[in-house]
Amino acid sequence: MAKLQKDDLEGIIQRHRGSSRDWIAVGMGSCGLAAGADAVYRALEDGARERGLEIDVRRTGCLGACHAEPLVEVQVEGVPKTLYGHVSAEWVDLILDSHVQLKRVVSRLAVPEIAERLTTCNDREQPEPGRQYKIVTRNCGAIDPESLEEYIASGGYQALRRCLSELTPDQVIAEVERSGLRGRGGAGFPTGVKWRLTREAQGAEKFVVCNGDEGDPGAYMDRSVLEGDPFSVIEGMTIAAYAIGASEGFLYIRAEYPLAVARIESAIRSAKLAGLLGKNILGSDFSLNLEVRLGAGAFVCGEETALIASIEGKRGTPRPRPPYPSVSGLWGGPTCINNVETLANLPPILSKGAEWFRSIGTEKSPGTKVFALTGKVRRPGLVEIPMGTPLRTVVEEIGGGPLPGRKIKAVQTGGPSGGVIPANLLDTPVTYEDLAALGSMMGSGGMIVMDDQDSIVDITRFYLGFCVEESCGKCAPCRIGGRQMLTILERLSEGRGTPEDLEQLRQISKTMQAASLCGLGKSAPNPVLSTLRYFPEEYERAIAPAKANA
Amino acid sequence: MARTAARTVRAKLNGIEVVVPEGTTILEAAEKVHLKIPTLCKHPDLPPTAACGICIVRVKGTNQMPRACCTPLEEGMEIQTHEPEIVEIRRKVLELILSKHPNECLTCGRNGTCELQRLASDFGIRQQSLPSIVPDLPKDESTRTIVLEPRKCITCGRCLTVCQELQNVWALSFLERGIDTRMAPAGDILLADSPCISCGQCSAHCPTGAIFEYDETERAWELLRDPELHCVVQIAPAVRVAIGEAFGYPPGTNLTGKLYAALRYMGFDTVFDTNFGADVTIMEEGTEFVKRFQDNQGELPLITSCCPAWVDFMEKYHSDMIDHFSTTKSPHEIVGVLTKTYYCERKGLDPAKVRVVSIMPCTAKKYEIQRSDDMFASGYQDVDLSLTTRELARMIKQAGIDFSSLPEGECDPMLGLYTGAGTIFGTSGGVLEAALRTAHKLLTGEEFDALEFQPARGLDGVKEGKLTILGREVRVGVAHGMGHVEDVLDRVRAAKENGDEPAYHMIEVMACPGGCIGGGGQPYGITDALRLQRAKGLYTDDREREFRRSHENPYVQALYSSFLGNPLSEKAHRLLHNSYKPKPTYRR
Repeated sequence: MAKLQKDDLEGIIQRHRGSSRDWIAVGMGSCGLAAGADAVYRALEDGARERGLEIDVRRTGCLGACHAEPLVEVQVEGVPKTLYGHVSAEWVDLILDSHVQLKRVVSRLAVPEIAERLTTCNDREQPEPGRQYKIVTRNCGAIDPESLEEYIASGGYQALRRCLSELTPDQVIAEVERSGLRGRGGAGFPTGVKWRLTREAQGAEKFVVCNGDEGDPGAYMDRSVLEGDPFSVIEGMTIAAYAIGASEGFLYIRAEYPLAVARIESAIRSAKLAGLLGKNILGSDFSLNLEVRLGAGAFVCGEETALIASIEGKRGTPRPRPPYPSVSGLWGGPTCINNVETLANLPPILSKGAEWFRSIGTEKSPGTKVFALTGKVRRPGLVEIPMGTPLRTVVEEIGGGPLPGRKIKAVQTGGPSGGVIPANLLDTPVTYEDLAALGSMMGSGGMIVMDDQDSIVDITRFYLGFCVEESCGKCAPCRIGGRQMLTILERLSEGRGTPEDLEQLRQISKTMQAASLCGLGKSAPNPVLSTLRYFPEEYERAIAPAKANA
Repeated sequence: MARTAARTVRAKLNGIEVVVPEGTTILEAAEKVHLKIPTLCKHPDLPPTAACGICIVRVKGTNQMPRACCTPLEEGMEIQTHEPEIVEIRRKVLELILSKHPNECLTCGRNGTCELQRLASDFGIRQQSLPSIVPDLPKDESTRTIVLEPRKCITCGRCLTVCQELQNVWALSFLERGIDTRMAPAGDILLADSPCISCGQCSAHCPTGAIFEYDETERAWELLRDPELHCVVQIAPAVRVAIGEAFGYPPGTNLTGKLYAALRYMGFDTVFDTNFGADVTIMEEGTEFVKRFQDNQGELPLITSCCPAWVDFMEKYHSDMIDHFSTTKSPHEIVGVLTKTYYCERKGLDPAKVRVVSIMPCTAKKYEIQRSDDMFASGYQDVDLSLTTRELARMIKQAGIDFSSLPEGECDPMLGLYTGAGTIFGTSGGVLEAALRTAHKLLTGEEFDALEFQPARGLDGVKEGKLTILGREVRVGVAHGMGHVEDVLDRVRAAKENGDEPAYHMIEVMACPGGCIGGGGQPYGITDALRLQRAKGLYTDDREREFRRSHENPYVQALYSSFLGNPLSEKAHRLLHNSYKPKPTYRR
């Protein structure tokens, strides 16, 4: 693609809309690939060629219905667009023969209820109660993540074009501030404020960084976005760089996400060739260079000062703040670090405007939140809901409720250092404040559902075990406190606890919360404290046998 | 971070109003109003590592408990430093740290000087509420200068800050993560195989017994107990103004006379002074300078080589500078070799039965005494044992000497009487200053009237000065703290590459910040204030000496006229000089 100018985007959109070719799309995110999408894709290609069909076989990202992968969507003239689930290679001939050639939907494979929930939810301007609404994952599963043209045709790069031609950096920041967007990495710091601080900080060279070091067990929101819509992250970073005055940026992505890395690298290459990265973006005098840096697997490198150390080639451990990265970050330069999901929100905000964004979600938490819904529900998957949606809606309506014959016991949000919320509090709306009030947190978006077969003490031991394993070892409260608590929880889960153990857990938890250096250590006791608060009887059962022996 | 001192902030600590320059930490502000916030990982000499969490305080109106060591005081903050909840949390942190620390205080070298022990005592810890989870990690005694005992490490990170940032050596690192995090040579190799230069700054800053000097006090007692042996001792310049700290004297108190007396009480047969060796070093090194400067024989700048940690650093990282190095041995090696040759000859002693012990502010000297064949120039090991100031303090106590009431003694003057030039070797800039006093005389035949060369004094990491000798400009530089040396050497290299005039004619380098007074073997608790006090002690000694120039020392003159001949004579070369070779790191 030749270097694009600001006025070229419209032509691409028109050209793309004008093409009326039939297509078959295969969901090829990590979830689809794990379920065998690659074989399905190859069978579709071979089958179409053998039959001499005039049809495009496309790859898309994760649509969100990970429980029904591999998903195949077929658009053939004269037949309603149809989504098929649980497709294996052996069904490919049937789809090609029946749907494509005979124009008859294969109803036994079709999953209309999923299509209804996931592909048409954005046909409305405003979200509907009880349904998903996609801002961040708007393109995931809909477009080919490696096709810049498809991204542009779906409205991509309109936001950047607007920023570069109509808005000064300060106006961009003001718009983001007005939108009320808060960081989706967990803490919920207002994104616009972060940008303003970085813009105002003194420093010859400033940096933008995309935090793609998603590491919560069971969480894969960022991976899905990086795999399914890499250009939206890159466009978001480009807008951020323009706003804060950076010409250099890094995407820090964990090495365990090879597909995400490959898709981002492909997107960076395409964007460079098209003049959407590199020198004089869209013919303006704004330039930006982006590079990928791989994380080596340490959970704490999602903490921004540890992430900075890691990019600099040092041991990934946090350092005290202040100075915050917005003042002194990478190599001492003012650095703006935004999470993948935060960045993917920006193109829609800057193309549709702050007021539109504010109209979704709640007053203090506008917009949507993506969750990776896993655990004991019928329909685990990637879900995006307006802020303020009750947890119950997510678990029961979107997730389909408990497995047959089981009862939901609790929902864990906020990753390993989030809290466990009991079933009787499921009417709590999903907002930063409401989740924190329950002793949990928004976190980056893991949501794990537990039912009556799960032992709360075991689950707590698992989460704490994760944080102990992932402690960087720098500060004493986290390094030693976590280990000592884990020993107690191991004893409890074997039913060998003592009454003093519970008091010791509370004391160490409090110490870790107060005296740990970074967020990981401060929040690592959350699962312990929230389960002690909501499920005291399970802990008491864990010490009962010891009493009987005495 | 550079502070803009212009603005101030007003805040309250425990209700007491305080006004401090912007950028002042809560910890520093608390000191101003006589509040002591307990700390453990913070060392006043180092930037905060923020590792331990002991110094948390409460900021009114927030639920944050920031660390006082690294959090700047902000306008209007109301800080509570000792409310019950804070104290309770600090106590728990301490209990956690103690649960991972061996209960071996009674057999630990830091018994009585351990900062963790002191904190446990201050907090009144009376029981261990948590199970002990001390890891089973081996001791590393491979260098025979510094002993790593990672079991005792509390992972405060001071040694890493010292090794990486202050000294730019990068021998030590943290390995593994979480509870398994441990301090170790990078790459998990033996310290002896690492780039460690034995400067010992890590051991001087370690709060516990995790990094400790290789203790040779027992070996010293063995020598002293052996009736067959004639034991000779010498004390380095910097020892005399620091050892008093171990006996309650104000820092910088010059205790030379008491040390001579104490050493005799301990059983040494002869007491020499390394300051005499320093005077001889100046005669040789000063003459080397004259040859290079006046006769164009050899590379300029001439770089001093009396610091063994610096020599090791240069051989490992900057071996392209070998030709610039003075070949003159360090003062204690000179006293050692002269003891076993000149002194033995004069006294009719069998050098095989003589042992030389040197008392040094330094751990690297333990390495230097065997660093090459040149250290056996007398036909024997010239210095048999090198002890640090800290080891000597312990020995004085072990010997039952009441140091404070001890009358002053005398040294044996043959290799003991020293000049002011010899004594200032112990502080950064002193070697250069002493060399200028003699070089001036050698070059011009006239005495250097500006005896005290101010540009070489003080604690700036790099100091530069100029003077004119015989109408020629002489540019001199001083660097101390290995972290500062690279800049200076790069200037030398740049001038060389560009074919310019040499950037300097003479450079003095000391591995430890402040020079030997801040040496890795000196009493604990070093700060810049302490460095200045110790240095002042030496500068005062200089001013009070009868002779202040090495070439005026009558015993040095006697040495040359009756034994060595001239500086750089064949005999002087054989006994007093040594050579260097590149030592690439991480190659086994």
